[in-house]
Amino acid sequence: MQANALLKSIAFYALVAVIVVFSVFPFYYAIVTSFSTGTALFQVNYWPKVFDWSNYQAVLSSRNFPRSILNSVLIAGCTVGFALFLAVTASYALARLRFRGRGLLLLTILAVSMFPQIAVLAGLFELIRFLGIFNTPWALILSYTIFTLPFTVWVLTTFMRDLPVEIEEAAIVDGATPWVIITRVFLPLLWPALVTTGLLAFIGAWNEFLFALTFTSSETMRTVPVAIALLSGASQQEIPWGPIMAASVIVTVPLIGLVLIFQRKIVAGLTAGGVKG
Amino acid sequence: MTTPSLGRAAGPSLQQRRQKAAFWFLAPMLIALFCVAAWPLLRTIWFSFTDATLSNLYDAKWIGFDNYLQVRTLSSGRTVLRGTLVDPAWWNAVWNTVRFSLVSVAFETVFGLIVALVMNAQFRGRALVRAAILIPWAIPTIVSAKMWGWMLNDQFGIINDILLNLGIISQKIAWTANIETAMTAVLIVDIWKTTPFMALLILAGLQMVPRDIYEAARIDGVHPVKVFFRVTLPLIKPALMVAVIFRILDALRIFDLVYVLTPNSAATKTMSVISRENMIDFDKFAYGAAQSTLLFAIIAVFVSLYIWLGRVDLSGDRS
Repeated sequence: MQANALLKSIAFYALVAVIVVFSVFPFYYAIVTSFSTGTALFQVNYWPKVFDWSNYQAVLSSRNFPRSILNSVLIAGCTVGFALFLAVTASYALARLRFRGRGLLLLTILAVSMFPQIAVLAGLFELIRFLGIFNTPWALILSYTIFTLPFTVWVLTTFMRDLPVEIEEAAIVDGATPWVIITRVFLPLLWPALVTTGLLAFIGAWNEFLFALTFTSSETMRTVPVAIALLSGASQQEIPWGPIMAASVIVTVPLIGLVLIFQRKIVAGLTAGGVKG
Repeated sequence: MTTPSLGRAAGPSLQQRRQKAAFWFLAPMLIALFCVAAWPLLRTIWFSFTDATLSNLYDAKWIGFDNYLQVRTLSSGRTVLRGTLVDPAWWNAVWNTVRFSLVSVAFETVFGLIVALVMNAQFRGRALVRAAILIPWAIPTIVSAKMWGWMLNDQFGIINDILLNLGIISQKIAWTANIETAMTAVLIVDIWKTTPFMALLILAGLQMVPRDIYEAARIDGVHPVKVFFRVTLPLIKPALMVAVIFRILDALRIFDLVYVLTPNSAATKTMSVISRENMIDFDKFAYGAAQSTLLFAIIAVFVSLYIWLGRVDLSGDRS
């Protein structure tokens, strides 16, 4: 019996170890690769042997990559700010005010959040050219609204529904208008939810590829994913794996840091969108 | 339409004020969604019935269903079929997408269940596991495509090295370039990247199962495997179904991973990839629009299924 229990717990921890190694190894290997140059790059090394920063130097001193990081920060930041601003008032109306067609409206928002981006690509392309914002950050800020806005509205609505009615009733008795209720009563309570949804929307916008690839044409306008996907070496045949891995590590480390710091909140936000509904 | 009890006391004006406020609060969001979702979607569908090209968007002529299916009888009496519905490249993309979605979601569900069950157990280092599985989820898809592209590299890749050392393969495999293995490569990366999401959704379902049920089963001496299939699985089925359909929707529209990991491979080209290729790269804008309209129709069916199966609580009355 004793041996059986021991065996079971060994098997369990072995499974845990497999899960952890599978999850972490590819990123670990990218870090190892990013520090290798020359011939060290073309030997399979399981452990870091050299610490050569030249890949990082090459990427960060290149003409366009720092610009891409700046583009991505600007675009993702604006997208999140825009989405949260529109979503706070909208989700207050959806969670707290009763009006005809509310169920249908929520249904539509849920459906839009599952839109295939490719289905609006042609129409958005026309709109962006019409507005004259092709190949500018505005093209991406506009188009990213299609996936950040429905998502933030949906999650904020579920969060706001769970806030106690009594606070709001007290405010109404005191004669507060809906606008005052939102800004003075709900907003202070909503901060944690705003951080979570804002972070998730930021990650979504930071990682987006299809629109960023289609609506930009010059290298200086690229966002980080497009820059990494199209990073090329001196010749066509030669793929610069070292700099690519360095660039990958640079754009991923901040994300992983944020995700690990806010992991509880992020898990709550993800499941609020999916399961709780 | 139930009126909050307070509304009565203050007379109809409060209720009316709140209705009016609802309208003004929703208007900006509705306008934004109309501009970026409804209008472009309608334009895409409209373009799919025209002969528009990239350089000639505005003088496009209406050509009916010709982009989808065109039946023409030649003077010799032979009928020729054209359009995307008889295009082998399109059906290849449909088949690739369906195959990818079914296989990836099946594996993600099984692996996600295993990971969720592990994380639902009480053990030391649980926080570490959660942190670890969040890493693949946090890494941008393009970065994971490049990372795995390097690991799966035919000459210098670590995967070939590991498999050779273990004696599983006898010679190096060009995972992403080879027609037979390209889909496997895409599947591996996608399963690695999205299993965490699946696991977290399933875990949320598992945590709603009351612990005393397990306790009761343990006292009655029911075998754990039987408990899993008879108790746990039925109880988490709603959460599981929602997660599966969510993932299928996501898998059906896959673009970035395929585009970067296996560029221009007929073995992996999906519906999203082929319609963008026609639209932007081949200057068959309207033809690509027709293909993306078809993909939209397919996904619309799945969205209805999701909303129906998920029995999503829209009224907010449940709590």
